[in-house]
Parts: sequence; C-alpha cells; structure tokens
Amino acid sequence: MIAWPGTPVALAGRTVLHDPVFHAGAGEMVALVGPNGAGKSTLLRALAGLLPGTPPADPRRVAWLPQGARCAWGLTVAEIAALGRIPHGDADPAPVERALAACDLLALRDIRIDRLSGGQQRRAMLARVLAGTPAVLLLDEPTADLDPAAAHAIMALLRGHAAAGACVVVVLHDLALAQHHATRMVVLDAGRITADAPPDIALKQAAAAFGLPHGPDPRPRLLPPP
Amino acid sequence: MIPARTYAWLTLLVAALAVLALLVGASGFGVPDWPILWQLRLPRTLLAMLIGGGLGLSGAVLQGALRNPLADPALLGIGGAAGLGAVLAFYWGLGLAFAPALPLAGLAGAALGCAVLFAFAGRAPSAPSLILAGVGLSAIASALQVLALAFAPNPYALAEVTFWLMGGLADRAPLHVAMAAPPILLGGAIMLRLGRGLDALALGEEVAASLGVPVARTLALAAAGVALVVGAATSVGGGIGFVGLVVPHLLRPLLGERPSALLAASVLGGAALLLAADLVVRAAPLLFPLAQEPPLGVLTALLGAPFLVRIARRQAP
Repeated sequence: MIAWPGTPVALAGRTVLHDPVFHAGAGEMVALVGPNGAGKSTLLRALAGLLPGTPPADPRRVAWLPQGARCAWGLTVAEIAALGRIPHGDADPAPVERALAACDLLALRDIRIDRLSGGQQRRAMLARVLAGTPAVLLLDEPTADLDPAAAHAIMALLRGHAAAGACVVVVLHDLALAQHHATRMVVLDAGRITADAPPDIALKQAAAAFGLPHGPDPRPRLLPPP
Repeated sequence: MIPARTYAWLTLLVAALAVLALLVGASGFGVPDWPILWQLRLPRTLLAMLIGGGLGLSGAVLQGALRNPLADPALLGIGGAAGLGAVLAFYWGLGLAFAPALPLAGLAGAALGCAVLFAFAGRAPSAPSLILAGVGLSAIASALQVLALAFAPNPYALAEVTFWLMGGLADRAPLHVAMAAPPILLGGAIMLRLGRGLDALALGEEVAASLGVPVARTLALAAAGVALVVGAATSVGGGIGFVGLVVPHLLRPLLGERPSALLAASVLGGAALLLAADLVVRAAPLLFPLAQEPPLGVLTALLGAPFLVRIARRQAP
C-alpha cells in the first residue's frame, strides 16, 4: 500500500537514511520508533513523497501530519478540518463532520485553534488528516502533547481506521503506547532498520537502540536507568 | 450568512463612497459639469477603486503567501522598487516619449522588488526578518530614487517627481485609467484564484505540498500578481502605502482568518478605504485654509502606521 525501496537519503550532506526497505499494507498499524535523529521523520517524509527527488504521493490517497503541526492563522477547528478536503477539490461537509466527531471536537468546532490547548490543537490537526479520508495515514508523533488518556484514545481511533482497511504509519516516542496499539513495530537506528516485527519481539531485538538493558521495560525509557 | 452580510455592506459602502467621490471636488459639492465629471472625477474615482482594491488584495495575498500579518507591498519595499522604476522613467523622460513606458518601468521595478524580497527573505520568514528584508529593500530603493533626483536634469523635473512620489490621485486623466487598469485587473484576476493554495499554505509549505498544492507555483503567481498591481498602481498613483496592511487586518474579525475568505473582501475594503481617504484629501481644502490638497500617500501612512505598531505588538511574544 505504501513502500520505500531503500534508496539512501542524504540531507545537507549527511546520510540520514542508509537502506531502509519499508513496506506497509492495508489493515496495518505500524509504529515507527527509534532514538532521536534515527531518521524516523525523514522516512515518513520519503513515504509521503516530500523529499526532493521523490515522486509526490497522490494527495487523495496519502495524508501526512508533521511533528508539531501548526497553523499560521487563527482558523477555527472546523476550518482546519475542512482543509483536509483540498486534495479532493470539494467542500463535502460529511467527511469533515465525521472527522470532527471522531476526534471529539464537535463542541470546539467554532473555536480558533490558537485559543486551544496543545492537545486540542493536535486533535484538530488530526481531524484535518481524517477529513481527507486517506487510505494511507503517515503521522509524526500525533500524541506528543496529549495526556495519557487522550493519547490512548487517539491511538485506538487510528487502530480502528487500520482495522477498517486503512494503512497507518505512526512515529512514536512513547514505546508503551506503541507496544499497546501497533500491529507491527519498525525500529530505526541511525538510518537503518534494526527490527521489524510484532511490537514485543521488535522491542527485544532493538533494546540496544534505546540503550535499554533488556527487552521491553514495564516503564520504557529512552535513557538507561541510573 | 455573516460573510454574505459583510460583503453586502462592503459593496454598499464602496458604491456610496464612489457616488460621493463623483460629487466632491475643487469646485465644491454638487453635480459637476460633464467635462469635469468625465475628465477629472470619474478617472479619479475609478483609479481610487482600482488602486485601493488592488493594494488591499495584494496585502491579503502577501500576508497569506508569507504567512505574516505584517506583510504590505509598501512596507516590504515592493512599492519603493516600483517607485524607483517609475522615477527612472521620469528621469530619462521616457514617459513623454512613450506613454506606457511609465507603468512598464513601474512594473519592472515591482517585479524586481518582489523577486529580491522572496529570494532574500526565504520562504515563510519570521516577522522580524521579513520586515528587515523590507527595510533593506526600501532603503536601497529610496537611496537610488534620491540619487536620481540629485542628478535631475532640471528643477521642473525635480518638482514633478517629488510631487508624484508623495502619492496622490489629483489631476489624473482617462489616459491614466487606461494605463493602470489592464495590469491591475490582470494581477487581481491572478491573485483572486490563489485562495485554496493560500489556505493550504497556512499549515506550512510541506503540508500544502502533501495536500497536492503546487507551492512554488502558488508563490510565483502571488509575486507576479502583486508586482502587476503594485507596479501599475505606483506608476499612476505614486507612493500609497499601508492599504494592504490595514484592510486584511480590519476584515479578519469580521470574516475569520482563512486567507481565501479575505481575498475578495480585501478588494472591496481596499477600494472603500482609498475612496474614503481620497475624499478626505479632496475635502480638506474646502474645509480648511489650505492652498492645495494634502498628499494622499501621507494620509494613508498616518492612518496605517498605528496599525503596524498594533499588529507588531500583538505579534510580540
């Protein structure tokens, strides 16, 4: 459904991705994890066709949400979500309403996004992605500012989309969240894929990438315990 | 519902101001003789609508393209660059030899200014770096204007250029309308079609690209549209600033902040603002003991500068 052939990627003279052959199919919810600077966001951009020299993805099929997505103007939540219809060239209200409802934003629909909390802004940006009814969702840390309950709610929502046939690729820092919700975990370390398996197995294989002493910790950390 | 009502009021305002503009002049208030109406007041009214509407739209498009509420063609030096082109045309007497030389020189200057600005400021610069780029461009343009004036061939040319630089619509003839209208209408038509791209750009260039918007083309068309309007407006009306800054700023509370929602409204708002400002300028000698009209560009600057301070303060963290 979406794939990267393993072409090396260099940005500003530094090789960010070495040879990560990546493929994700319909119905999958892939967590892309790894330490800072491993190349997760770059791989997601590559999949979205946003790197120079890569063929652009079909915007009606593939939606991309960057890390820390922001809006330059004080659009309302409903206006932000409606931007997701731009690839389709229509103003169909039905998918926008469904996206707002799915992200629990109906009560906030007429509030300007710059008046919302970080977590609510994050949900509004996700609603923009869902309003485009994409088959492939590429999301860079969609739960970064969310409290645990909201983060789980969003992940459950995304898992529901995957179960319904979408292909979801999520960059996550929260390993517990990834372990709990993903159907597959891909560990990226210094531009190389070091593990690609169901979450429990992948985490064990990739413990070294995170500096974890052994396998999945009940309280996963990115730094080794003192 | 609310946007429709806003548009209705704006249209009504423009119509009322246009009628008023036809009835006020140096000879006082009332229906003028046919030649005065046809040769003086109608061109002046049409130019105020064309230039005001074009500058208002240019401001809305620049602000959307650069994602910055401080963007204004004059403030960013595009007006100054257009003025430099026109001054050089005056200087060499090109306008006398070949009438369209003046707007063409203004267009060339504005196009150069737009290109330098978009190249120097980079994409979506922060507010301070954008303003600094504009300050730099304005400084270069005005220095070269002064240079041209210092070497002006005769005092008459000097006075003519200086008066024109102040910005105004006095004594403009139907010929000026014929010169300014085609580029302004073309630039306006280009810019009015950019709404969807500017909306997507609100989320950043990469997201806009991921939504299928041709980002480079959108920015190039925005620059071209602004250059056409500002070049023509400056070569006919001189330095009229701040319309592009003030109009979108006034409309946002009424229509929301979505860039596409502000485009057509900024045309109407800009036309209304410049018609009103020109009416004030024209009425001033009738109401106060003034030998002549105060320059229109001075009035818009005096009205606009406080807005700049206000927006800049709101931008500050």
